[in-house]
Amino acid sequence: MTMAANLARRLIGNRSAQILGTANSTSTAATSAARTFCSSTTPITATLFPGDGIGPEIAESVKKVFTTAGVPINWEEHYVSTEIDPRTQSFLTWESLESVRRNKVGLKGPMATPIGKGHRSLNLTLRKELNLYASVVRGVVESLKIITRQASLRVAEYAFHYAKTHGRERVSAIHKANIMQKTDGLFLKCCREVAEKYPEITCEEVVIDNCCMMLVKNPALFDVLVMPNLYGDIISDLCAGLVGGLGLTPSCNIGEDGVALAEAVHGSAPDIAGKNLANPTALLLSGVMMLRHLKLNEQAEQIHSAIINAIAEGKYRRADLGGSSTTTDFTKAICDHL
Amino acid sequence: MSRRSLTLLENLANSRTQTRSVTYMPRPGDGAPRAVTLIPGDGIGPLVTNAVEQVMEAMHAPIYFEKYDVQGEMSRVPAEVMESIRKNKVCLKGGLKTPVGGGVSSLNVQLRKELDLFASLVNCFNLPGLPTRHENVDIVVIRENTEGEYAGLEHEVVPGVVESLKVITKFCSERIAKYAFEYAYLNNRKKVTAVHKANIMKLADGLFLESCREVAKKYPGITYNEIIVDNCCMQLVAKPEQFDVMVTPNLYGNLVANTAAGIAGGTGVMPGGNVGADHAVFEQGASAGNVGKDSIVRKNKANPVALLLSSAMMLRHLQFPSFADRLETAVKRVISEGKCRTKDLGGQSTTQEVVDAVIAKLE
Repeated sequence: MTMAANLARRLIGNRSAQILGTANSTSTAATSAARTFCSSTTPITATLFPGDGIGPEIAESVKKVFTTAGVPINWEEHYVSTEIDPRTQSFLTWESLESVRRNKVGLKGPMATPIGKGHRSLNLTLRKELNLYASVVRGVVESLKIITRQASLRVAEYAFHYAKTHGRERVSAIHKANIMQKTDGLFLKCCREVAEKYPEITCEEVVIDNCCMMLVKNPALFDVLVMPNLYGDIISDLCAGLVGGLGLTPSCNIGEDGVALAEAVHGSAPDIAGKNLANPTALLLSGVMMLRHLKLNEQAEQIHSAIINAIAEGKYRRADLGGSSTTTDFTKAICDHL
Repeated sequence: MSRRSLTLLENLANSRTQTRSVTYMPRPGDGAPRAVTLIPGDGIGPLVTNAVEQVMEAMHAPIYFEKYDVQGEMSRVPAEVMESIRKNKVCLKGGLKTPVGGGVSSLNVQLRKELDLFASLVNCFNLPGLPTRHENVDIVVIRENTEGEYAGLEHEVVPGVVESLKVITKFCSERIAKYAFEYAYLNNRKKVTAVHKANIMKLADGLFLESCREVAKKYPGITYNEIIVDNCCMQLVAKPEQFDVMVTPNLYGNLVANTAAGIAGGTGVMPGGNVGADHAVFEQGASAGNVGKDSIVRKNKANPVALLLSSAMMLRHLQFPSFADRLETAVKRVISEGKCRTKDLGGQSTTQEVVDAVIAKLE
């Protein structure tokens, strides 16, 4: 047997090696088969899109923290190209998308979307190609834009299921059905149908302008929010602003077949890129969400606590939180807390 | 005490309270009472419009109201009401409750479309004495009122798939941009910010932005910038002092106005109105799509401040600046004293108590 195959066998155990046989043992093939039989010590391959602007710096930060914490993940890095791939109609190549499809899990940094040009937004490409239909920000769920019964039902299902599994008591459906009667009306109908299946969870409907106002005056009124795409971006940014800014807010896009792409909701911040000033918290917390999705709960908790403690300490804070530390300082502080 | 020091004291006292502006010279006959259509509306509407009626009466303002009963459940605004507004050109109204998801389209929207009230204006500002998270907020949100996501063009493509058309036209975008810059110019405002999502809706919001840019060129003295709507909402809750006048398409305007109203003190106090080339309808600035909770209506605890301030805007629109100033001053004094506040401002007063306090403070 080749050395590579030996290595693969040691990594994933004899049982899986039988299935692999003497077939090619590039690390991706080995470890993706490994993931199917994964135990908490076998490495998982995840796709990493560092993104633009401050993306690469904060991605480095994540890699360092995860390594220090002993998280068994091998990163497959993909970058956005400078030319449009005709197969995807965007700067994301087919290979990049295939990578996420194959690994079923990924972490994405911010990607700049040029304003007003003709090609598809990168973020949208990812979401559409991977059929990602729900996006989770701390307490907020959004869904794809086209108001179809199918899409509305499945995101409502996700919202209620999330509420149930995370011990949340209330789901609020955000809409403007008094104006957009058919589209948001359909969305609401689907939410009501799903709500009936979860009698222990309170369901309420809130008109979006009322929602904005309530969020600003008393955000504690809300628990889980579910809404169509058009409002999701806006409300999630609003909520992020309320909790301390985009530098802190993690999110995760969920699709069918258990595909999950975690991402930081902030943009690429070209003005501070490359200066070691970026706040890696959002991407780190998104990484934590990804770990929880992979059921690596122990490491997720570890890293999560480390981040919270590092911020609570107050000594190492990024500029957006009122401090003046660099990205690398802050990363080191988190690693020290692990 | 000697006579001289008495006079001195009197003068001191007067100079603090008297801040008269240079005289406004009316044309002969300007004092003739003007008719204003009044629509009390649903929910808290009748309560707060009644508050305005009382205060106008107390001031002997040169206006008289032609009251019409309109409910949100009606299928159309009655023809006689439209007649009245067309004749008087000015209307004051409470909110009209729109049934959610039903077959009836919003009467509020209907009114705006029929009278072509293409600009909706909300002034969100800190009221002295009312504590909020942010200070120095003074934002005017000017929102396109007739098209965009509210075009009302929806259809079911196949069962289970519904599409809603968002329409943005150059014509409407241009005129709202023109109104925004004109407003800024006439009110000595320094900056106009266009709110959009052209990174996603490249053609629709792209067109809106183009129109704004063109108009901006004609006002070199006013700073112009653009901001994506999600970032805008975030900035509003973090640093609202950076905004001055904001111009937006229909849907975003709704969200931005309500968010701005929320951070500056709530929809109970923000004045606003809708204006077109020929008519103006004044109402609570950001009504947040509701007409108040039933409990508030039953206990008569609705906040009349927003509508009172809107009626002050209306008085200025009708060219009665002195009455407008008196009304505004009285309302601001009541708020700053803090003794008489409704529930949404942290107090326990009823609507009538606030009205009485305002009337007492009128000079």
